[in-house]
Amino acid sequence: MAEVRLENITVSYDGKNNVLEGLNLKVNEGELLALLGPSGCGKTTTLRVIAGFIDPKDGHMYCDDRDFTRIPVHKRNFGLVFQSYALFPHLNVYENVAFGLKLRKMDKVTIEKKVTEILKVCDLTEFKDRLPKNLSGGQRQRVALARALVIEPELLLLDEPLSNLDAKLRLNMRVEIKRIQKKLGITTVFVTHDQEECFSISDKVAVMNGGVIEQFGTPEEIYTRPKTEFVARFIGFENFIKLHKVDGVLECADGTKISVDDSGDKDECLLTIRPDDIKIVADDYKGENVLCGEVVVRTYLGKSYQYETMTPFGKVVVNDASGTLYNTGDKIRMVLDKAKIVLV
Amino acid sequence: MKKGGFITIVAVLVFVFLMFPLVIIACTAFNTAPTISFPIQGFTLDWFKNVFATESFIDGFKLSFTLAIVATLLALLVGVPAAYALSRFSIKGKKFLKNYFLSPTIIPGIVLGYALYQFIVLTLKMGVIEGLLIGHFMVVLPYIIRVVGSSLEQFDFSIEEMAWTLGCPKIKAFFKVVLPNISSGIVASFMLAFINSFNNIPISMFLSGPGVRTLPTALMNYIEYFYDPTVSAISVLLMIGTILIMVLVEKTLGIGALTK
Ligand SMILES: Nc1ncnc2c1ncn2[C@@H]1O[C@H](COP(=O)(O)OP(=O)(O)OP(=O)(O)O)[C@@H](O)[C@H]1O
Ligand SMILES: [Mg+2]
Repeated sequence: MAEVRLENITVSYDGKNNVLEGLNLKVNEGELLALLGPSGCGKTTTLRVIAGFIDPKDGHMYCDDRDFTRIPVHKRNFGLVFQSYALFPHLNVYENVAFGLKLRKMDKVTIEKKVTEILKVCDLTEFKDRLPKNLSGGQRQRVALARALVIEPELLLLDEPLSNLDAKLRLNMRVEIKRIQKKLGITTVFVTHDQEECFSISDKVAVMNGGVIEQFGTPEEIYTRPKTEFVARFIGFENFIKLHKVDGVLECADGTKISVDDSGDKDECLLTIRPDDIKIVADDYKGENVLCGEVVVRTYLGKSYQYETMTPFGKVVVNDASGTLYNTGDKIRMVLDKAKIVLV
Repeated sequence: MKKGGFITIVAVLVFVFLMFPLVIIACTAFNTAPTISFPIQGFTLDWFKNVFATESFIDGFKLSFTLAIVATLLALLVGVPAAYALSRFSIKGKKFLKNYFLSPTIIPGIVLGYALYQFIVLTLKMGVIEGLLIGHFMVVLPYIIRVVGSSLEQFDFSIEEMAWTLGCPKIKAFFKVVLPNISSGIVASFMLAFINSFNNIPISMFLSGPGVRTLPTALMNYIEYFYDPTVSAISVLLMIGTILIMVLVEKTLGIGALTK
């Protein structure tokens, strides 16, 4: 179990453009950190730096305060699960899992004991003689996980391990990974671009964009208080309204006053809020933060309806579960939940 | 159904067309007539006896066989790492290198043979055996690089990286997880290379010396003076040898290994 730190990591594949740019990251002992970000933002690259496949152009990586930057991959003792699983096609499940232990010069009895144990944990006992090509996606994924865990790694690195599974299995495996991770108390970095997966599994989240970390914090912090427009957009804040300060009070472009708990010290800012945190109210509603808009599109979401409305200062999306139906062209009044408003 | 029937007929015709000369040659090997002729007049094994009584055939076979094995093994030693490097790393001028390695298969054998003769025999004044070995090595190397290379194209290198993370040093990982997964390519390239070296005439013709003849050149030499079924007998023996090797490969790897 270890604490991992990346300091000022810079990586470039072609020597010209930096894929990672002075990246700093810290994972505490026993924690599960999720790396969240859009495709191509450098999540896999970050993971490959930690694993030791990539020599960073600049910066250092520490594991428990030991400089690991120049330590070769095979001496790091990190467990890895790739998106493609990369099982050894010529070895059966048992041999795949035992591969790392055999290299550690353990005696046969110990190896057998450890492998049998981990196969049981991962629910794979009955498949131990099968070749990877004769396994289902979920079973392969578990073999990859068992193979990485059995060597008792200092650190577990998972690169979108669930992306090849169907929705139901994803959910099961997510819970399973979390359970095993907590049970073994193993420090873990989990790469994903699925925000729901990320929030449900992690202790800490790092949102990446263009090779830098945009925001780092607990899942709750990130979910409720995104610090930048990019993070807000990425995690489902769909409404963005430009505000400016008039005599210390924030106003929309058309003069609608917006009251928030902390209006900050900038003269101009962007208000953002989730569609779920806006309510449609009656015409005689008296209160703060009310916007007027005209319904443009109505979408059925299952548990609610989503209305895309046009206001004098742009598009506002609201989810309404009240059951009252509004049609295209209807004028509606919406109130923003003061506590849920985020300024970026 | 009708279409399937048509394809079957075509397949049978092609098969017959390919098999026909082989069958004829096989028959003539047992003919009592002193020249290669068909239909046969009587049955005899004399021509086979003659094969084993002819020293140049026995020596030629031994030389061809050893040459093919040694040249192929050397080419594997050089070609497998070369193919690995070509597909694993993004080397500058990769395309050029690939084509360069394949160039001997594009140049006519006679030209290559003559060039090697000029260089190895006339300029370097090397021994006949060494010269033959270098020549055959050059002929078979492209096959190795080509076939092993296409096997490596299919190989997912993240498997190799995974072995590293599990504690396997790079060289060991190559032997433990890369080689076993390209073994069919290696066997296929070995067979191709072996057959090409064993059958090669142009290189051997230029590089052979007095008293040192490979089997094909010995055969050619023999045909110039005799037109008897001894050559048919040799062909039958070689066919049997090839079939035995194929059966062996089929038993150990499956014949699919050669076409993959
Ligand atoms: N081997 C490589 N050579 C050159 N550029 C690369 C290489 N691997 C990745 N890149 C580039 O580096 C950037 C970051 O890639 P990376 O694989 O880290 O993204 P990612 O965040 O994992 O994306 P995804 O979610 O799609 O997996 C991308 O722009 C990609 O094109
Ligand atoms: Mg990736």
